Amino acid sequence: MSAPYLDPSTCAVEVEHLAKHYGDFEAVRGIDFTVGVGETFGFLGPNGAGKSTTIKMLCTLVTPTSGTARVAGHDIVSERAQVRRNIGLVFQDTTLDTYLSAAQNLRFHADLYDLPKHLVDERMRQVLEMVGLWDRKDHKVDTFSGGMKRRLEIARGLMHSPRVLFLDEPTVGLDPQTRSSIWGYIAELRQQEQITIFLTTHYMDEAEHCDRIAIMDSGELKVLDTPESLKAGVGTDRIQIATADDDAAVVALAERFGIEAVRSEGAVTINVAEGERFVPRLFAELGIPILSVSVARPTLDDVFMSITGRTIRDAEASAGDRFRAATAGFRGASR
Amino acid sequence: MTAVDPTTRHEVAAIRVTSGGLSQDIRAIKVVMAREWIRFRQDKIRIVSALVQPVVFIFVLGTGLSSITDQGESGLDFRTFMFPGVLATSVLFTAVFSAMSIVWDREFGFLREMLVAPVRRSSIIIGKALGGALVATLQGLLVLVFGPLVNVPLHPVMIAVLTVQIFLLSFTLCAMGLVLAARIQQMQTMMGIMQMVLLPLSFLSGALYPINNLPTWLHTLVMINPVTYAVHAVRTTMFGYIDAPEAAKAALNPPLTWNGWEVPMLAQLGVVIVLGVVLLAIAAKQFEKAE
Repeated sequence: MSAPYLDPSTCAVEVEHLAKHYGDFEAVRGIDFTVGVGETFGFLGPNGAGKSTTIKMLCTLVTPTSGTARVAGHDIVSERAQVRRNIGLVFQDTTLDTYLSAAQNLRFHADLYDLPKHLVDERMRQVLEMVGLWDRKDHKVDTFSGGMKRRLEIARGLMHSPRVLFLDEPTVGLDPQTRSSIWGYIAELRQQEQITIFLTTHYMDEAEHCDRIAIMDSGELKVLDTPESLKAGVGTDRIQIATADDDAAVVALAERFGIEAVRSEGAVTINVAEGERFVPRLFAELGIPILSVSVARPTLDDVFMSITGRTIRDAEASAGDRFRAATAGFRGASR
Repeated sequence: MTAVDPTTRHEVAAIRVTSGGLSQDIRAIKVVMAREWIRFRQDKIRIVSALVQPVVFIFVLGTGLSSITDQGESGLDFRTFMFPGVLATSVLFTAVFSAMSIVWDREFGFLREMLVAPVRRSSIIIGKALGGALVATLQGLLVLVFGPLVNVPLHPVMIAVLTVQIFLLSFTLCAMGLVLAARIQQMQTMMGIMQMVLLPLSFLSGALYPINNLPTWLHTLVMINPVTYAVHAVRTTMFGYIDAPEAAKAALNPPLTWNGWEVPMLAQLGVVIVLGVVLLAIAAKQFEKAE
């Protein structure tokens, strides 16, 4: 893999000791990282990990408590307007005017971002063709499906040729087909425009598309590496068993094998090297009837689990209520 | 990762957003205004329903009230008296509704598209106020079409003067609507606030009854209501073109006085403009603070 982002002079995003406190709550606890030009950077973590706060700081929507960051070479505090001019934002919630047509939404954007007038039509055609909405440009957005709206938002985020495109959960709530077509556009983007993509996702299979992945938890950056290295770093296979008595199984695993097991999704999960060789021993020595077993090579899910102690789905479920409350609060406090 | 072809990079780099300045702010103001206009134009139902209210006021309420007023003696139809007030009330509703649609924008996310743009937020607020004022002025002019039915002739000079007056009133009301909307998160809240604010502003403006011979408390409230000054200006302008005894006009449209000083029309409009600018500055400040 070529890695143009390793050259520090071409960093698209540089973050130094960035922190944000809300009263006593440390949402982000002084993180450091860089994202290279042209890189597709995945930003993962359970809800409440500080991801959204970090993104909002990078997009100049929230002022950091301490630390600095530069996006597209501009300081996020002292050069807010320059940062905004050079970034594209696609949020989870739609920010389109559904009473206007697709073209009217894009023109509005072009005017707000002061695009040279003679370039507007050409650029509009370019971005709409890319997301396959050119023939629908004069249709009102409220006739669009969820997937079409998301594609239109991506097109709009690209209208002003941003250096960095922030995508917050670009595929959440979309059907698998639309999800894969959106990843198609993202792949096309990095080919056609030297654009840096900074995205969050809850879909671990999608995180595989990223050049590098950062995982945040409790306001700290836990790891940052390529998906391959992260998976290799886990070093163990994941064995999931369902037993007649899961609690007893956890105790037995600790006592007889010295393995710490985690219960999640109604199963007992352990991580061991060379999983296939371990399974026969498990059956012979556990002493508790095993109903089913599965062995898996490490995936990003395992990486996530080894770092945060939860699968991303668990993190989702436990955070569900909190997340809804936070979203409500966010809508309330910030718009 | 695919290596990026340097030639395509150059092509893309050709579009670079310029570095700001006044022309950029003006462009932002214009596009925010244009959006208000497009949305108004598309919403035919809103235009028609906004015309129903004045019709009901003039022809139902007005006709009913005419039967208990001494129109025979004064020589001035009560509906003619009410017309400017009803027009101002219609403008009041349209303007405040337009401005408060920013709550709608917030709830449906579009406000965020505007707030994250690399333009001064005050440009967006000014655009919203001017756009709302434009829309409300047009609505007012549509109501004016009913004038001949209540003996108000559509004289071109009168229409021109009224347009300016209605625009100033609309602008100030939009600025007020934006100040109210700055802290409101939900449409339901907005509807409640509008009910709470609009009816008193209308009823305390002399729109629907003459303001002489009012009890002191009521007179005081009327005099601190900025809408009063606009209603008076609009009515004075219209009364200049209607055919009725001067005594009747004077009785139904007494001059506004501060401590016995008759406030001239330019000063009345001045009150409206100054208030509008102050409110707009407050609104801009509030939205500057919002995330």
